[in-house]
Amino acid sequence: MPQPLDILVETPSQTAGPYVHIGCIPSFAGIDGIYPQDLAESPIADGAKGEIITISGSIYDGTGWAMRDAMFESWQADAAGRYPGMDGADPKVSGFCRFAADKDSGEYTLRTVKPGAVQTRQGQWMAPHISIWIVARGINVGLSTRIYFAEDDHSADPLLSRIEHRPRVDTLIAVKDDQGIYRQDFHLQGDLETVFLDL
Amino acid sequence: MTDTAPLMPRRREVHPDPYDPAYKTSVTRSPKLPLLALESTPTEETGPLFTHDLIGPLDNNLIVNFTQGKGLAVGERIRVHGKVMDEQGRPVPNTLVEIWQANAGGRYRHIKDTYFAPLDPNFGGCGRTLTDEDGSYEFMTVRPGAYPWPNRANDWRPMHIHFSIFGHAFGQRLISQMYFEGDPLIARCPIVETIKDRSQIERLVAPLDMQNSRGMDYLAYRFDIVLRGRRQTRFENKLEGM
Ligand SMILES: [Fe+3]
Repeated sequence: MPQPLDILVETPSQTAGPYVHIGCIPSFAGIDGIYPQDLAESPIADGAKGEIITISGSIYDGTGWAMRDAMFESWQADAAGRYPGMDGADPKVSGFCRFAADKDSGEYTLRTVKPGAVQTRQGQWMAPHISIWIVARGINVGLSTRIYFAEDDHSADPLLSRIEHRPRVDTLIAVKDDQGIYRQDFHLQGDLETVFLDL
Repeated sequence: MTDTAPLMPRRREVHPDPYDPAYKTSVTRSPKLPLLALESTPTEETGPLFTHDLIGPLDNNLIVNFTQGKGLAVGERIRVHGKVMDEQGRPVPNTLVEIWQANAGGRYRHIKDTYFAPLDPNFGGCGRTLTDEDGSYEFMTVRPGAYPWPNRANDWRPMHIHFSIFGHAFGQRLISQMYFEGDPLIARCPIVETIKDRSQIERLVAPLDMQNSRGMDYLAYRFDIVLRGRRQTRFENKLEGM
């Protein structure tokens, strides 16, 4: 036998279940008074630099039903492409937000600043994007994806460039509607299945 | 700035199967197409960091946090404690750990939970804490009851506590569940069984920890958590192709 590798194994995931709101956004679940407010209700504070945008949409299961019980988390850079903690990062941008699908309509809304492009370790520029993590009953391992924006140049983005089936690139790109709100739906299955990420 | 080296790739085989017909809801909620795999980028290597001022003094005590100390939750008092580490065995300090659970009768304080077991007026069902410098955390709570759920006609969830852990990178984000040593329902639960590797299931079963229990007060259970680690990056910080 060779020497063992000194590497532990990650704790396995389990579904967040139907009551994830109790633990992560208790006020949303009607449980008030334990914490002063839910964690990360907004990714920005007043005075955040950049364009304030709103993104809205739904997440659809394999039957085409807009899920009412999903919880989302978003993580993003500031308008200059800096993540919190990096030198010069906008102190008004925490970059992290938690939000839920509406329990009646299934629609989510995220209000934030539009992030700037971010450079990779290899020196490539990733087009502006927001990282999204989705959990719900029936999702056994939280799903990662990204939201990009229709007006940006995506030709050199290292992630979008890796999508072999080019029509699927559109599943990651939010488009503004006539109200100026970006629409971004997620589809767990079907012709419009969102590109989910393993990185 | 904290460490921002690339994350080790996630070993998907140690996690549950996303699609598992025995857990019926996963059938329509699992992607059919393969995930797009890439090396992590700054987006995944950074993540929200929290500080101890976020945490109130009762936040990690579910026995009293719902009443803010005015009353005690019903049930068997337990202490749940452990350590958060990464795959290299390094402690993960100052990371947010959140839990939620049913009350001692197996009922959640949630509009969707209509099980016969009564709500406990003194129990909310959530708690949170930040790990110490050595990655350790602890909660005081009551042992959650097992409960039936709509899947097959007679499926029951074993006693469990839901855990949400952040780490220091968004790509380390993890939600899981802790089970209790000796619970016969663990081997009968389709959600547990979404994990195909038996040794991985055992890692979610917290042993009774008599050494850290306190006579006439509470039993302790030990639950350690391992998050994704970061690769060594020597000689890598140069432009591609060089
Ligand atoms: Fe549960």
